[in-house]
Amino acid sequence: MDAFLIQTLNGVVNGLILALVASGLTLIFGIMDVVNFAHGELFMLGAYAGVIWLAVTGNFWVALLAAAVTIAALSAVLQVVALRPLLGRDPLYTILGTFGISLVLQNYALWQFGPVPRKLTEPLTSHFRFFYLEYPYYRIVMALLSAAIIGALWAFLKYGKYGIWIRATTQDRVMAAAMGIPVPIVHTVVFAIGASMAAASGVLFGPLVGVTHAMGADWVLKAFVVVVVGGMGNLAGSILASIFISLLEAYASLIVSPAQAVIVAFIALIVTLLVRPTGLFVPTPK
Amino acid sequence: MLALHDVHTYYGKSHVLHGVSIEVGPGEVVGLLGRNGVGKSTTLKTIMGIVRPAQGRVVFEDHDMGGMPPYRVARIGIGYVPEDRRIFRLLTVLENLRTGLDRQGVTDARREALLEKIYVNFPVLRERRHQAGGTLSGGEQQMLAIARAMMLEPKVILLDEPTEGLMPRMVGQIHEIIRVLHGEGVAILLVEQNVPLTLEVSNRVYIMEKGVVRHHAPAAELRADHAVIHQYLGI
Amino acid sequence: MPAARTDNRGYWIGFAVVLALLFVAPLVLPEFWRRFTTEILIWGLLAMSSDILIGYTGMVSFGHSAFFGLGMYGAAAALLTVRPPNLWLALAYGLVAAAVVAAFVAYFSTRLRDIYFAITTLVFSQIFYVIIFTWTEVTGGENGLTFRQPALGVPGLFAIPFTPVTLHWFVVAIVTISYLLLRRITQSPFGMVLQSIRENEPRTRAIGYAVERYKIVAVMLSGVFAGLAGVLYAVQNKFAAPDFVFFLISGEVVIFNVLGGMGTLVGPIAGAAFFLILRETFSRFWTEFYLIPVGVIFTLMVIFVPQGLLGFARRALNR
Repeated sequence: MDAFLIQTLNGVVNGLILALVASGLTLIFGIMDVVNFAHGELFMLGAYAGVIWLAVTGNFWVALLAAAVTIAALSAVLQVVALRPLLGRDPLYTILGTFGISLVLQNYALWQFGPVPRKLTEPLTSHFRFFYLEYPYYRIVMALLSAAIIGALWAFLKYGKYGIWIRATTQDRVMAAAMGIPVPIVHTVVFAIGASMAAASGVLFGPLVGVTHAMGADWVLKAFVVVVVGGMGNLAGSILASIFISLLEAYASLIVSPAQAVIVAFIALIVTLLVRPTGLFVPTPK
Repeated sequence: MLALHDVHTYYGKSHVLHGVSIEVGPGEVVGLLGRNGVGKSTTLKTIMGIVRPAQGRVVFEDHDMGGMPPYRVARIGIGYVPEDRRIFRLLTVLENLRTGLDRQGVTDARREALLEKIYVNFPVLRERRHQAGGTLSGGEQQMLAIARAMMLEPKVILLDEPTEGLMPRMVGQIHEIIRVLHGEGVAILLVEQNVPLTLEVSNRVYIMEKGVVRHHAPAAELRADHAVIHQYLGI
Repeated sequence: MPAARTDNRGYWIGFAVVLALLFVAPLVLPEFWRRFTTEILIWGLLAMSSDILIGYTGMVSFGHSAFFGLGMYGAAAALLTVRPPNLWLALAYGLVAAAVVAAFVAYFSTRLRDIYFAITTLVFSQIFYVIIFTWTEVTGGENGLTFRQPALGVPGLFAIPFTPVTLHWFVVAIVTISYLLLRRITQSPFGMVLQSIRENEPRTRAIGYAVERYKIVAVMLSGVFAGLAGVLYAVQNKFAAPDFVFFLISGEVVIFNVLGGMGTLVGPIAGAAFFLILRETFSRFWTEFYLIPVGVIFTLMVIFVPQGLLGFARRALNR
């Protein structure tokens, strides 16, 4: 029973982190029709940036913010240089382009930081008493912070002039441009926002595992699954799907090894594609 | 003020516009008539920068618009109301209007005034301002599309078949809106299938066929010229 | 028409020249480069199989590592369970395994378009990776399987063990036959339908073709030849490892396709050669970080030279 409760908490915590990663991916796909294969690498670079900034400032939360901003800037440059030229073309090319970028980034990290995992020290090490269980405070904070960031994103999109610009561009980029909205700039900004969310997830998740050059690969695969299961371009759907899949995976790892538990996510994908390809958590399209 | 000089446009390999030349003077209402598929919408899209001309020039008030991205075209003063309206279905009416209203260099007071003016001209939009655009009826969406373009305070508005699919009563409303716009000095380039309406509101009319302009005359003259109307428009 | 015939003659002359070079290669090249050439051919075959989907049908698949891997493990199964190790049985097992997996993947993925198809194939290859990686009793898990190289021969009649040179010739023969077969297929009415699906799927469907069925056959065709490449790899190297089922291999295959030129069949072989040569060259200076410059070159090519090295010759190669 303890194990079940702990796994439930783990599932929710991991689910919220995954939601943070997947939201960025969904946002980018929704507005630009770009499947960002490099998203996992942005997660990974965010974690490394967190390590560096932590060493520089000594404060985890400052490092988190600094890492997010650094990666946002980097990805804005990346989008302008490598992705903008690809935007008009066949979606095949954006998949290939972001794949190429992910290869370069992953190996660059391996080159710069080496294969030994880096430690990202968590800011809180105490545990929280939950009935007769002990659960790390830090994980609770991770979950809350992820939820807060997603909430902030949602509020930004719903209210405010730029939120309207982003939503309009997502729905109809030609008409958005015809209304004077600077669509290419909106694209770059949204890409940077999505990237910074991935980076933040990387920093938050970093303390739980070592920070290595390959840590993004698993996440990006799961994030893709989430984006499809949640409904491509549907923000609320991908959040629900993230938690759902992470819970399933957490429970599955009670029975099989964690390496095998990942299949759960893939099975969810297949079921979705067979039964309800527009997304499990999407209301039936009218 | 707005002129196309010998414009050729392609969709992929398809040569749609074969040297189109059109002019719109300040405050004029210019009609563009022709059967389906002759390139009327493509002409508007070329002006907006949505498609690039392969040859020829598009000039607006001394700006050569070759290669200008659509958002700049909108910002220098050209409004666009496309076929199918294309309002933002998931945004509310007010949010739709705000896409044009939230521009740089416009004071809050002026924004309020613009919005008020629109609500006065289109009372149904005030009523439905917090409703999602997709829930509006066809006629209401058309109102919204036009109102949205007006938020840019453009010097020219490109109207693409505004009466398509509308009930006769609404056609009258469109006529009224065009009159109001004209009264404010906004020039209009009106693409239409509705010949009588076009002849009534326009100063001049171009008739297109297979990607070229075949005939050009003041509306008054064309109203009487049934032969030409029959030849190019089949009525 | 004389012009076409002359062009075709030029094509066949070029083909003969390349074939002659490949035949002579193992006799004149040092050991390392001989193996290298053989490997290029095997990866080239894999990339060629992928070209059927990417270049001719317009479907990006990231699942080729699964077909390749199953071909490899299928051959391993034959070579480990049946004594003496039999080449033809290895081929049979490998091809069947790959075909079964291809059918499975095809059934689920072909009803989806573009990105969904790509993601699904990726996910499937990962599923197979996890299964192979964790099912240690059967697949050897992380360490893979090793086995003896079979001899070329007919059981009961004769058996000639392979030398590196004869193995190379065997691979050249198989790859050449595969190329000619695939070329025939892409130029057939079936191939024309595939290309029409690539150009305009809705219109192809509207004309009345059962697009899904064509896609399924395309995936299976592609999968079988990918499996063939896997068998060849197993026979050449005498081992099978889960690394080859990891989706990065699929990614590399797609890179070969893009670098070499999609829709040309030989382009991907050239792309594989180009990639492997780049890797060799950069490894001299950058050791294991060769993917940084290679990745940059790849990305630049996607942006500026999307037709690939042989793309300019696409029409000529498809005549």
